[in-house]
Amino acid sequence: MTATDAAAGPGRPSASPAAGKVVASLRRRHAKERNFRLFGLAAVILGLGFVAILFASILVRGVPAFWQAVVVADVYFDPAVVKIEDPPVREAGESDAAFEQRRLAWETRVTMVNWNRLIEQALLRLVPDGEGKSRDLLALVSSSERYELRDMVVADPGIVGRTVRMELLASANVDVWLKGNIDRSLPDGQQALPAATRAWADQLRADGAIEMVFSRWLFLNVDSRSAPAAAGLAGAFVGSLYMMLIVVLLSVPIGVASAIYLEEFAPKNRLTDLIEVNINNLAAVPSIVFGLLGAAVFINYMKLPLSAPLVGGLVLTLMTLPTIIIATRSTLRAVPPSIKEAALGVGASPVQAVFHHVLPVAVPGILTATIIGVAQALGETAPLLLIGMSAFVANIPATPLDQSTALPVQVYLWQGNELRNFFESRTSAAIIVLLALMILLNFVAIVLRQRFQRRW
Amino acid sequence: MNDPRAVSALEAAMSRTMTVPAAPPATETKVSARDVNVYYGEKHALKGVSIEVPERSVTAFIGPSGCGKSTFLRCINRMNDTIAGCRVTGEILIEGGNIYDPRLDVVELRARVGMVFQKPNPFPKSIFENVSYGPRIHGLARSRAELSEIVEQSLRKAGLWEEVKDRLGDPGTGLSGGQQQRLCIARAIAVSPEVILMDEPCSALDPIATARIEELIDDLKANYTIIIVTHSMQQAARVSQQTAFFHLGNLVETGATEQIFTTPRDKRTQDYITGRFG
Repeated sequence: MTATDAAAGPGRPSASPAAGKVVASLRRRHAKERNFRLFGLAAVILGLGFVAILFASILVRGVPAFWQAVVVADVYFDPAVVKIEDPPVREAGESDAAFEQRRLAWETRVTMVNWNRLIEQALLRLVPDGEGKSRDLLALVSSSERYELRDMVVADPGIVGRTVRMELLASANVDVWLKGNIDRSLPDGQQALPAATRAWADQLRADGAIEMVFSRWLFLNVDSRSAPAAAGLAGAFVGSLYMMLIVVLLSVPIGVASAIYLEEFAPKNRLTDLIEVNINNLAAVPSIVFGLLGAAVFINYMKLPLSAPLVGGLVLTLMTLPTIIIATRSTLRAVPPSIKEAALGVGASPVQAVFHHVLPVAVPGILTATIIGVAQALGETAPLLLIGMSAFVANIPATPLDQSTALPVQVYLWQGNELRNFFESRTSAAIIVLLALMILLNFVAIVLRQRFQRRW
Repeated sequence: MNDPRAVSALEAAMSRTMTVPAAPPATETKVSARDVNVYYGEKHALKGVSIEVPERSVTAFIGPSGCGKSTFLRCINRMNDTIAGCRVTGEILIEGGNIYDPRLDVVELRARVGMVFQKPNPFPKSIFENVSYGPRIHGLARSRAELSEIVEQSLRKAGLWEEVKDRLGDPGTGLSGGQQQRLCIARAIAVSPEVILMDEPCSALDPIATARIEELIDDLKANYTIIIVTHSMQQAARVSQQTAFFHLGNLVETGATEQIFTTPRDKRTQDYITGRFG
């Protein structure tokens, strides 16, 4: 470019005042362009930098929580401690209810067994100097482990009298101590664990009796207050899953149908203008307001259960609808009108023209809109707090009508847990799970979009 | 399409086009407009147009940009209905029936009056689906074989069969511009319309593709009544038997093409065809 300019330079009247002005202004314009590009680049780098810091800090804190300390010990199911009769066998002519009652009574008796005694005996074999300090010994292991032993016996009563090598989940405080999340120089009075327990923990770790294993509890267990080491995300995960299901099932058909109607069929008049303005306004309403609405309408008026994923899903549907409607409408608007005209031209009815030709072209965009909306709903916390989903729930919800929490609410709850040393990394781990789910959703959106686009 | 009158009209039209090969110069009027006015909101876009379009011939609408020729063309299959704020008065008769009769089904009308647009606009689907769409929604084929037959015949009539017969499953949007426009013509004739409206069908095409389309129009006039809007006076002179000159929303002059181009009666026509404005 410059070479030809230079070559052509002498031959043409470049000395004219206009050409001089152009050259002068060119310099200014190029400078402006360069500055703008630099500015844009700086903005992008700054944004990426913050994202990197965010991810790095979450990963650094959260990843260690995916590994937890366990005490590998031989547990002898001592018949002298586990003194229970054989499980009830159903008798001929016995009703379901009567048998169930006998079975429950048996299970209650099994629960009453001194399971801690078994754990204590197992630990004593590892640390013989713990004799007589059962309290300090039991502080090594999460209090949830006695139920683990009970469940093993209930599942297979023949285990009594045998010795089983087990990974006993270490208590949260031991986990914190071993991971160095507490200042080891603090005086005894300020330590959560007794001095003896701390010494045993270090000794067992050095001996290899305490190992760090992948924390299946984080994924398989529900939240727990009494045994924080065993607190998991299963309940919140299933609750979030139910809510996403409800959001997708309700907001996609309703949202896409409204968008199609408003964009393709609705007459353009004051009323539809008003509707459009209001949809745009709804998209900007703070989500907590939707929570209030949900509490007032679904819980107070319709008497739906508190803390239920059904109500959460309905509230999130209300919140997601405007997003889906607006995004779908803009996608439909981007379909060239010539396609619709062509369909009308061969005699398709307006509904046929839209459903046979306009909608298929818009599907990738609608999918993207849906996933953006659903991802937004997945991460929403504020409205869920108002419909009681921040309650402590220690069950995996079996149906959308059962009490439950949700992943972001679980993050909020753990973030506020008083056992800071332990739950700080647990919270980050929950955030990682939530983010992974979001990334997965976005990935699905991209794959679907590519698939549908390739068809034409 | 459930209207028995409509079906019989369509069948009558189909049987006529099938049985009359290379018809003699037609004299019967196919489309006649009486005092048609079109308003876009406040704007009076078309002012009292009355015209008779003879059967099985090519009628060209010419005139400078914004003169209302496309507007009038889009009245003939009521495509203007889709534009918000557009109002049409007067009447347009096709074989004596008023197409602005409130009892008339627009879908049925558009099956009788096909349209080819300025920019080739094939559906983003396969070539086969493009042509078969119309017959399929109107239920013109009883079987898949019959549908294939209609597709082949339409593509043959549009002069595209030899080029695409081996790749009917390929997307219609992958064809060249001229092929796409012929595909659109095939799509229009697949529903056996009586009238084909063409809105500047060659304006987006190169001269070779244009020549092919013009040849095609010449062939099609044996079976169809064709109305073409064109910016090119040469094209109007080449393909049409009748020409109508529009100016500022008025139909200025209409007559046999040779007469319009050699001895126009109106001064404005004279000025336009000699290139003094436009």
